[in-house]
Parts: sequence; C-alpha cells; structure tokens
Amino acid sequence: MAHDYSDPSGLYALVGEFETPERLMVAAEEARKAGYKVMDAYSPFPIHGLSDAIGFRDTKVPWTVFIFGLIGVTLGYSMQFYTSVIDYPMNVGGKPMNSIPAFIPVAYECTILFAAFSAAIGMFAYNRLPMPYHPIFNAKNFERASQDRFFLAVEASDPSYDREAIEKVMKSNGALEVSECDF
Amino acid sequence: MADKRINDLFITGDQTYATIDQSVGRLVLDPKAHTTNWLKWLIVGVMGSGLMMFSIAWLLFQGTGIWGNNIPAAWGFDIVNFVWWIGIGHAGTLISAILLLLRQQWRNSINRFSEAMTIFAVMCAGIYPLLHTGRPWNDFWLFPYPNILGMWPQFRSPLLWDVFAVSTYFSVSLVFWFVGLIPDFANLRDRSTNKYGKLIFALLSLGWRGSNQHWHRYEQMYYLLAGLSAPLVLSVHSIVSFDFAISIVPGWNVTVFPPYFVAGAVFAGFAMVIIWAIPLRKYYKLEHLITNRHLDWMAKITLATGLIVCYGYFLEVFFQWYSGNPYEFKLLTETRFSGMYAKFYWALIVCNGIIPQIFWWNKARTSNFWLIFVSISVSIGMWLERFVIIPMSLTSNYLPSSDKPYYPSFWDFGMFLGTIGFFIMLMILFIRFLPMINIFEVKDLLYKFKGKKEYVEGQLPVEMK
Repeated sequence: MAHDYSDPSGLYALVGEFETPERLMVAAEEARKAGYKVMDAYSPFPIHGLSDAIGFRDTKVPWTVFIFGLIGVTLGYSMQFYTSVIDYPMNVGGKPMNSIPAFIPVAYECTILFAAFSAAIGMFAYNRLPMPYHPIFNAKNFERASQDRFFLAVEASDPSYDREAIEKVMKSNGALEVSECDF
Repeated sequence: MADKRINDLFITGDQTYATIDQSVGRLVLDPKAHTTNWLKWLIVGVMGSGLMMFSIAWLLFQGTGIWGNNIPAAWGFDIVNFVWWIGIGHAGTLISAILLLLRQQWRNSINRFSEAMTIFAVMCAGIYPLLHTGRPWNDFWLFPYPNILGMWPQFRSPLLWDVFAVSTYFSVSLVFWFVGLIPDFANLRDRSTNKYGKLIFALLSLGWRGSNQHWHRYEQMYYLLAGLSAPLVLSVHSIVSFDFAISIVPGWNVTVFPPYFVAGAVFAGFAMVIIWAIPLRKYYKLEHLITNRHLDWMAKITLATGLIVCYGYFLEVFFQWYSGNPYEFKLLTETRFSGMYAKFYWALIVCNGIIPQIFWWNKARTSNFWLIFVSISVSIGMWLERFVIIPMSLTSNYLPSSDKPYYPSFWDFGMFLGTIGFFIMLMILFIRFLPMINIFEVKDLLYKFKGKKEYVEGQLPVEMK
C-alpha cells in the first residue's frame, strides 16, 4: 500500500466487479497464482477463505489484545496493591492488607476494559481508519461494494502489473465488468 | 400447522442482498417508513423521560428523603430498579457475544436491537446508584484518583467492584455496538440519496470500504470482543449479586446468588427482547428476517433460564431451612411465606415459576399473544424478585428494631416509570436513526444459508395468529 498520495493523478488499480463471493474467491486465487501481490478484495460482508485466496495474513490485532490484556491486569492489580497496601493501609475486618481474592474482580474488569478497547482501537489503527478518502472509491459502481457486489482490485503498484493479463484473469472467472480506477 | 411454523427458517422469502438492504435500510433512509404509531410511542417515551427528569430535579432539590428509603431499608426501589435494568441489559450481550462464539448464526438478525437494548438498559440502571449516593455531584469519589485527602476507595467492597464492573460493561458494550455498526454505516452512506444523510453516514463509517484487509482484522476483533464480553457479562451480574451475597443479611448471604442472578438476568433480558421483537417485526414487515423460529428459540431460552431461576428459588428456601440459622428461617416463614409482603413473594413464584411453563407448548411459542403475555409476566416477576430480595430482607433482620415496613413514595414510582419512558424513547429514536437489524451479518447469514439444502427459494413466512 505504498502509494505516493502527494501525486493526485495516475492510475490506482484495475478493478473487477463480480456477482458472487465464489467467483471473487476463484478470481482472487487465480490472480495470486498468476503472481500478483499488491491486490485487495472488497465485499459487503466478511468472506471466509478470501484472505487465504489473496494471500493476506495478519495477527497484529490478537497480539495487541493479548498485550493490552496483560497491561490491564497488571495495572488493575498494582493500583489496588499500591492504594491498599502502600499508600493507605487500613484494617478492614481483619483481612490482610493484600487481600488477593477481594482484588480479583477489579483486576479482572481492568483486563477486559484494556483488552476490549485495544481490540477496537487496534483494528481501526491497523486498518488506517478513519480514512475519509481512498482512491478505490473512484472505481466504477463501487458504491455497490457495501451492498451486493464483490470487487477485486489489482493495484498499479504491483511489480508485474499488466492490464491485459489481469483483465483476462478476471473476465475468465466471471467478472461482470473490469475497469481502471485513478487516484 | 404448528409444526410447520416451528420449522420456519431463520430467513425466509425470496431474499437477495438487495432486498435485505431495502427492508432494513429503508427504515433509516426513508422517513415515510415510520407511521404515526412511531410518533405516538416517541411521545410516550418523551413524556416518561420528562417524568424522570422531573423526579431527578426534585430529588436533587430535596435530597433522598423524598424516597421511601429509610433505616432499616436503606436500599429500596432505587437498587431494585438498578438490578432489574442491569439484568434486562444482559440478553443483548448474551445474544451478541455468547451466541456468536457458539456459532449460533440465527443471532445475526436480532443482535443489533438487543445490543441497543443493553446499552439503553444499562444507562437506565446507572442512573439509580449514582443518585442513590445522595450527593451525585460527588460521584467521582467512586473512582480512584489521587486527591488532597490522601484517601483511596475501599477495594475490598463489592460496591466498588460494581463501579468497575458496570462502567466496564457499559463502555465495552458501547464499543461492541459501535464497531458492529461501522459496515452498516458504510452501506447507508452508499445508499443514501440525501446530501446530509450521506455526509453523516460517511463520517460515522470512518471511511470503511469493506476491503478484505479490513474484514480480516475486523473479524479478529469481533470474535475477540465477543470472547471478552462473554465472561464480562457473567462477571457483571455475579458482582451485582456479590453486593448482597457478601453481606451477612438474612436472605442475602447465599452462595447460589451469582449463577442464579446471571440466569435471572438472561431470563428477564430475553423476555424484553421478545417484547420488542414482536411489534418491530410486525409493524416494519420484518417477518422475513426475524422469523417465527427466532421467537420460538428465544422462548425456549426464556423457558430454560426460567427453570434455572426456579431452581434458585428452591435452593433459597432449602438453605434457609438447612442452614439452621433462626433469622434465615424467620425471614422465610414470617416475611416470605406469610406476613404483609407474602403476596409479593407468591406473585413472584406465579410470574417466574408458573406462567413461563406455558412455553412448553408449541402453540404458545408461536402465538404473539402468549409470547407477549409470558414476557411481560417475566418482566414483572423479575422486578418482584429483586423486591423480595432487597427491601423484604432488610426489614426482617437480626434486631427487633429492623421490623419496620418499607413504603415506596410517589417519587420512587416516578423514577421507575420515568426510566421506562426514557428507555422507550431511546429505543424509538434508535429504530428511526440506526439500522435495527445488522445488515452485513444478515447478508452473511443469507450467503451461508443459500448454500444449504433446506433453503427453499421463495418460501414465505407462515402467517401468525
């Protein structure tokens, strides 16, 4: 996705429009086998197996959540430890200063809070959202990508970008329409 | 006929992606989709919210003395309503998180408005303890922040756990709801023909373009959020029950409370989902998407959780006898089984124990009348349950001085009816301005469903009585 956004002109990608998720999936798979790497698919709902077909793999979100969960539990517990043992020790019903069972609920809630927010914020951050403008919105019929059509875009920055060849791959797999889209 | 109705599918009619867009998106994009009925309910909601605002204003002016709360019943309607609302909220998270993890695809059609219900119910719930503190302008003392007094909250208290549990629950539910809406905002952005509508949905969708990379991370996040929310929802109501169970008050100090409260929350929540689902699907012609099978299964979950709740009632009685604690036994025999409050206890048993058994009959689970009747009875019953637990236990205690009845005041009822109105108002506004069914998940459901043999093209939903 390394585009020079400072240059507002030029070709962004070749975009094929498909009627069903199956056709999109086959086309993506064929395109990947043909050696195209810089491509993305667009669909109104998540399609299982499409990431494999395109060759996209990413585990940043789960790791972020795991790390923030650990941060949450550490902060949650150490906050209680600091306040109840170090800064403001008070005997409550003869319980030990470091009342481990009584400190679990708050530590647990902090874990969930941190992990859940990191999941949502992480997803947005790694997806570079919010992003008000993106060249793919210039593609023909693209408003239907959120409704009932499935799109495959091979970007012009792909080292082996070749309009004719890609169009052939898309058309042979049932693309309704193939068009170029500019920045 | 009954069998045919039960075998209704999760999605019926001659559906395509476009028809789903149309039947759900229309309700947001086309103001004509809403009739005067919508306006009437909005007025009901606004009037209720007005009553709530008025009750709160008078409370702030006069102090909590205007409520019926007093010693020994320092917890009255406010805490009863708090627990009731929180419980209602739990069905939304159960549907959106736990059923997602269990791969119950049928949840896709009902999760959005259940989640909205969760958020609004938790908002209504949150009002009560905040006002109950007596000086709500000092409520920030509940949170640990470095202050000039050098004091910190008491982390060994279940009441403080509640602060963390409920605030985490509210914020996580809100995040879950919002990220679920993003792809639908993108859909509405692309379908809207109104300039301002387009702009607002474009801003709300944050530039979502449905790219495979987006979906890949989105799905990871969605399942992780579900995995985090599922134990969260169980912990929230467990912690609410700790408010009672950790004390030594007779009637409260019971180890069965956490699971019994969680089951009760799901019970009340599903009843509320049914109460909303039936008119919504009827008035907005969503019978194809929220089908008879959805109602049937929700009724079954209500029945199952109702039986767990009944088991809880049975265990309470058993332990009050078996513990050998004379105060517990006195509470059972003189306050619950007989005495001035006994009618509430028996009404509770009828509403939560006996009436839901109607759901054993197929015909009841497919009849709008019986679904609504049982659901309302469950809502009343769950409210009575909290009344039985809270003021009734507080007024029968170790000391003879505790034997004083609790009377709610006009303002207690004002607050209660007011929050119901507030809830109605928020739901009615939600129906108008946000897609009440998850568009992209229903499309996913349709896609997966079309691959299956049982899907019959063009099958219409069976008419309901």
